[in-house]
Amino acid sequence: MTEATTKTVGAAPADDTPTIHILWINAGLSCDGDSVALTAAMQPSIEEIVLGALPGLPKIAVHWPLIDFECGPVGGADTFIEWFFKGERGEIDPFVLVVEGSIPNEAIKPEGYWCGFGDNPETGQPITTSEWIDRLAPKALAVVAIGTCATYGGIHAMAGNPTGAMGLPDYLGWDWKSQAGIPIVCVPGCPIQPDNFSETLTYLLYQATGAAPMIPLDDKLRPTWLFGATVHEGCDRAGYYEQGEFALSYDSPKCLVKLGCWGPVVKCNVPKRGWMNGIGGCPNVGGICIACTMPGFPDKFMPFMDEPPGAKLSSTASGAYGAVVRKLRSITAKTLDQEPKWRRTGEKITTGYRPPW
Amino acid sequence: MARTKAAGDGSGLVEMAWDPITRIVGSLGIHTKIDFKQKRVAECYSTSSVFRGYSVFMRGKDPRDAHFITSRICGICGDNHATCSVYAQNMAYGVKPPHLGEWIINLGESAEYMFDHNIFQENLVGVDYCEKMVKETNPGVLELAERTEAPHAAEHGYRTIADIMRSLNPLEGEFYREALQVSRYTREMFCLMEGRHVHPSTLYPGGVGTIASVQLFTDYLSRLMRYVEFMKRVVPLHDDLFDFFYEALPGYEEVGRRRVLLGCWGALNDPEYCDFTYANMSDWGRRMFVTPGVVVDGKLVTNDLTDINLGIRILLGSSYYEDWQGQEQFVTHDPLGNPVDPRHPWNQHTIPAPQKRNFDDKYSWVMSPRWFDGKDHLALDTGGGPIARLWSTALSGLVDIGYVKATGHSVVINLPRTMTKPETSFEWKIPKWSNALERNRARTYFQAYAAAVALHCAEKGLAEVRAGRTQTWEKFEVPDEGLGVGFTEAVRGVLSHHMVIRDGKIANYHPYPPTPWNASTRDTFGTPGPYEDAVQNTPIFEENTPENFKGIDIMRAVRSFDPCLPCGVHMYVGGGKTVKSMHVPTGLSGLGG
Repeated sequence: MTEATTKTVGAAPADDTPTIHILWINAGLSCDGDSVALTAAMQPSIEEIVLGALPGLPKIAVHWPLIDFECGPVGGADTFIEWFFKGERGEIDPFVLVVEGSIPNEAIKPEGYWCGFGDNPETGQPITTSEWIDRLAPKALAVVAIGTCATYGGIHAMAGNPTGAMGLPDYLGWDWKSQAGIPIVCVPGCPIQPDNFSETLTYLLYQATGAAPMIPLDDKLRPTWLFGATVHEGCDRAGYYEQGEFALSYDSPKCLVKLGCWGPVVKCNVPKRGWMNGIGGCPNVGGICIACTMPGFPDKFMPFMDEPPGAKLSSTASGAYGAVVRKLRSITAKTLDQEPKWRRTGEKITTGYRPPW
Repeated sequence: MARTKAAGDGSGLVEMAWDPITRIVGSLGIHTKIDFKQKRVAECYSTSSVFRGYSVFMRGKDPRDAHFITSRICGICGDNHATCSVYAQNMAYGVKPPHLGEWIINLGESAEYMFDHNIFQENLVGVDYCEKMVKETNPGVLELAERTEAPHAAEHGYRTIADIMRSLNPLEGEFYREALQVSRYTREMFCLMEGRHVHPSTLYPGGVGTIASVQLFTDYLSRLMRYVEFMKRVVPLHDDLFDFFYEALPGYEEVGRRRVLLGCWGALNDPEYCDFTYANMSDWGRRMFVTPGVVVDGKLVTNDLTDINLGIRILLGSSYYEDWQGQEQFVTHDPLGNPVDPRHPWNQHTIPAPQKRNFDDKYSWVMSPRWFDGKDHLALDTGGGPIARLWSTALSGLVDIGYVKATGHSVVINLPRTMTKPETSFEWKIPKWSNALERNRARTYFQAYAAAVALHCAEKGLAEVRAGRTQTWEKFEVPDEGLGVGFTEAVRGVLSHHMVIRDGKIANYHPYPPTPWNASTRDTFGTPGPYEDAVQNTPIFEENTPENFKGIDIMRAVRSFDPCLPCGVHMYVGGGKTVKSMHVPTGLSGLGG
């Protein structure tokens, strides 16, 4: 997915606007799960973004380790890492920097590196991911953190970790703004819900063309239209909660809060949106919400399979009034399960219609 | 700026490094010395530059958290870790899930194979064989491809080999784009069974939270049959493409070739037999739908999971860790009373020692797992997974479920009639070499294999639902003291999780995925890891000069193993003594010139 590729494909709709480069660093403390998840996006898909299938998208050139055509040796043809040096030298402008994986603290050890990306030609040693961020972030049009690791530290920043890992806002500062005045854009999720990220990226590309206003973010730098509601607000098992019906076994179709679901206090749209193409999810399909989109993940939610302390009180309450609600509903439901009495055979019409004959 | 440089040791060799390598998962660097006169790779070092430390931060946590955490080791095969962890937990807690729960996990894991091999084969590896790449590396080969009719054009619809190559061009290629779509509906199949991809939401020790209904199985089966039909085109397509390379470039079988040293830990349990007890592991291991095995020089050394378990050794050599010698040994004997080696994963301690990279000493966060056969510490590889799985299953001759039959020398895959294609059988025969092209070919055949096993599991699962046995999860208690091991085949090959519980908490936890085996470094005996071994001596067929060299043959050799570095370095201990001397950049890494 290089510039050359997009040219030969003839993607580009908008003509005189400059190509926007996307420099993707997957070498934080990461599993590449967010890269992989993005290939599952369908609204829009990666090929639709790169080939400019939506009206008004600018030309883009993606430098993405996961599927990049380029991979030459240093000094040979197609040196992939060379694009990052070009970004540093100001030779590709504008570019969006995407960071995947948490940022380790490289200052806590005498030498070596926790994570690196390409080699420093001067020393022959790896260039640390932190150093790349220092070099590239000031020149970027926007900086995007993909996944809970890059946004807030995530699983690799768990208590007892040896690397001192943190999220990008911890590293750059929560008030950090790009030279274009754009705050760090955080798309949490472990991994990201595929469409959540492709939608955010699309939004930023529209913003870059001037078609969209400043991306709306909340105080944790999340896109508000994606992360404004809780899991529970979009969960189709919430009806069971209200009626005080709780699963006591993981294969029950009822509400999972007593078995470890944190959905009522977690900002995420997965049950509402589905995982991909409306299929899959978490508590809506029997998987407790472990809160993988949250800044407090994972430590504030472990052990995952224990009932959240707050759920004890509220589920007891709903257990009490839920029984009454359920009783009343079952009476109503019984009535509604019966057809009106005029639906029948016979010689007389009893629907209320008065025949003229 | 030309940064290629002579090795500076008077050898006439040229140093070249690919770092980071694209179209794989994670951060891998391959550093080589190339002899352009002889057209071969003289030396190779495999290095990974990301460390996270799972086995460090898992200590002291609740054992029931293990599958949720270890899934995050890898973004493309995390569900394999979750599954393997659930297996290890089942053993430690003494719980046997309901059959239906196991069929559902098998269906999820089969979909993972179908998804992952497909996206890797067509969208990552496939690009190494696409028209654009071949034109830039071997224009003569492309010319020949234009003139070569594809033998199976009737099955896949591409008239010439060059047409196949064009269809693999990134984004423009029709087949490239189709494969992306296939990677999506196979992930939908996965999500039906395990909730979400790649980190599952519905897997638990004791079973799954998936609601087993007729709808669940219908939604899965409809997609599965589309995939079965797809594979009837893809197997002949890749046979044509790979066979062509042998023909176009005589001697190409040497690319990425190494001695046959294959490991397979078995996959997809049969719930009729698997009770997750260590005592019966040898028996239920042989009942897996992919048979475990160690294959050396074409011979089956063992298919016994207990033997396999006891033979695992974690060696030191070239990685950034301190040794754990003299530290506490967690497990001296297995539950059958067999002695357990101090270098076994149950007894491993992870002590990271970050330091400068030095190719003469320590140069990677990956370390060196080996399999001890009683005499030698074998640097087994998985060949990316499929070649070892098919080889091991074929030799054991134990699998016989109609859709798949192992014959002792081959594996026969029978795919039923689909919407527009008749019933079709494919036979994977044990190849002559363990090389790049055969690893790739096996990947395609294993996609068909996974689909065939999924058909069996879907029938079994649906029969349970129709019989009204819809329970998918079983209660359990976490013991104060306990241990467990899980064995499965991740997409890329062998995967084991070893857990020790003390005071109801995780005292030790070590996952060993395939990539640490494949991407491992030179061990204490100086034995290179499989990538290093396979790339060293690889002949160079590329027509380019050093100035515009791409190293396509080297990349084909490395990618044939389907590298996955997050798996490689989640926590590997290794590394021997701390380096005390001041670091001097070696010639190899001084590529700045």
